[in-house]
Amino acid sequence: MRITREQVEHVAMLARLELSGQEVGEYTRQLDAILEYAAVLEELKTEEIEPTAHVMPLMNVMREDSVRASLSQDQVLRNAPDAENGFFRVPKIV
Amino acid sequence: MMTENRYEMVCGVETHVELATKSKIFCGCSTEFGREQNTQVCPVCEGLPGVLPVLNREVVKLAVRAGLALNCHIAEFSKFDRKNYYYPDLPKNFQTSQYDLPICQNGWLDIRTGEQVKRIGVTRAHMEEDAGKLVHSGETITTSQESYADYNRTGVPLLEIVSEPDMRSIDEVIAYLEQLVGILEYTEVSDCRLEQGSVRFDINVSLRPAGQEVLGTRTETKNLNSFSSVRRCLEYEILRQAEVLDEGGQVIQETRTWDEGRGVTLSLRSKEEAHDYRYFPEPDLVPLVLDRDWIEKVRAELPELPEARYARLQSLGLSAYDAGVLTSSKALGDFFDQAGRHYPDAKNLANWVMGDLTRLLNARQWSVKDALIQPRQLAAMLELIDKGVISGKIAKSVLEDMVVSGKDPEQIVKEKGLVQISDESALLTVIQEVLQAQPKSVEDFRSGKEQALGFLVGQVMKATKGQANPGVVNQLLREQLTEQ
Repeated sequence: MRITREQVEHVAMLARLELSGQEVGEYTRQLDAILEYAAVLEELKTEEIEPTAHVMPLMNVMREDSVRASLSQDQVLRNAPDAENGFFRVPKIV
Repeated sequence: MMTENRYEMVCGVETHVELATKSKIFCGCSTEFGREQNTQVCPVCEGLPGVLPVLNREVVKLAVRAGLALNCHIAEFSKFDRKNYYYPDLPKNFQTSQYDLPICQNGWLDIRTGEQVKRIGVTRAHMEEDAGKLVHSGETITTSQESYADYNRTGVPLLEIVSEPDMRSIDEVIAYLEQLVGILEYTEVSDCRLEQGSVRFDINVSLRPAGQEVLGTRTETKNLNSFSSVRRCLEYEILRQAEVLDEGGQVIQETRTWDEGRGVTLSLRSKEEAHDYRYFPEPDLVPLVLDRDWIEKVRAELPELPEARYARLQSLGLSAYDAGVLTSSKALGDFFDQAGRHYPDAKNLANWVMGDLTRLLNARQWSVKDALIQPRQLAAMLELIDKGVISGKIAKSVLEDMVVSGKDPEQIVKEKGLVQISDESALLTVIQEVLQAQPKSVEDFRSGKEQALGFLVGQVMKATKGQANPGVVNQLLREQLTEQ
């Protein structure tokens, strides 16, 4: 196995996903199969290859420091599940 | 403090500085402070699907300028990474930051505590985006029931400057912060408005028994935004850790928050605190490759830094104290330097800038930038004193007028008829009147009481509403008293 139940539970917690015991087992098997498939890459010799920072042969794409119009407050909040007084309202966090 | 004998503190500081750009780091939203909530937000900083961030060129320039001023090595190749965490202050659920290839590394700055100069290492400085602002409904972050998110600040460019754990006393920490903020202010990398949160400090501190090499377990107290909070926080946290250690306990490595009202640090331990950021290269941003010549050009454009000004002011004949005061406030120091171009006596100029001018500004809670007086106008006023046109006493009221009206001193003197009376015949008339009105003092002086002269000078000054030239009055009075 390339991934354990504990790792799946940990990653689920970090992503704030609530999984049932059955789901944890299911996802552990599926993720393991994916990692197993990707493990074929480990066969490549990469010692002499420069680390890739980006797949496109591009660099230094920048914009000038100029202000552009933002969305209106109404537009910003249009997708908010809960809002009040122009704020997004979110549950207790700590 | 007693604990300082038994334990040695070890402190390192992470400083988040909002860079002085007009627009955000990856989009064109304004960075202006204090606007209505969620009105400086666009699909890019809100992290909507399908958007592409584009790096703000000015952010790179300011980061490099700060790095050079902090004696850092500037990376010719750097990149951005995603720092993944789930918290409602960032709608994307990751912060775009720099992880293993930051733009600045291996710098230092020198701090002064008393006579001691100490070099503090700067591990790295990297570019990242600021998070949004959460307003908590309860009294403090730990008792809140719900939070309100404002994303205006989301995506404001930050430079995170990480120091080495080189500080061994609270005074050293404060000296480091002052020196760092001074450099950021001088290089105009940030507006450095601490009260608006544009510079924020995370304080890492641990204790170890005096003489021990191995570091103790540290805590990190986040988001302090004033020097006094940092001082109080450290005083509290050192005492707290010392108590834990004294009782044979172990300090828990954790993030804490500073409760300004109660003057205590509180644990922020929670599930969210599982630091597992799973950094990976930001696929939406391409690498940054800087040209050595361009870096050197930015270096050549660096302004005079606080240490250099401090030394230069002393070379003008100012005391270390005066040089320190005029260095610690860039605005006041700039005012002094500009006035100095029009007035040669640096010591006299410094006395007026640090004395009367500062007092007038403080009374109004103004910075020198808020006042209408121009540096060359102060120089002109000092010339008027030196030429005997006005007395030093009159000058004080002229200065007050200049501070609020911005008028030239010559104009104020003319309008208010403040020209000093040096004309002997005019003064003689007043002197005769005073002598007749004060026979007792005249008698006292003639019988050898020298201080009676001072009283008579005062009477003449009063009669002329402070406009008489005191030197001339003194001389004329003495002549009159010995003649008769």
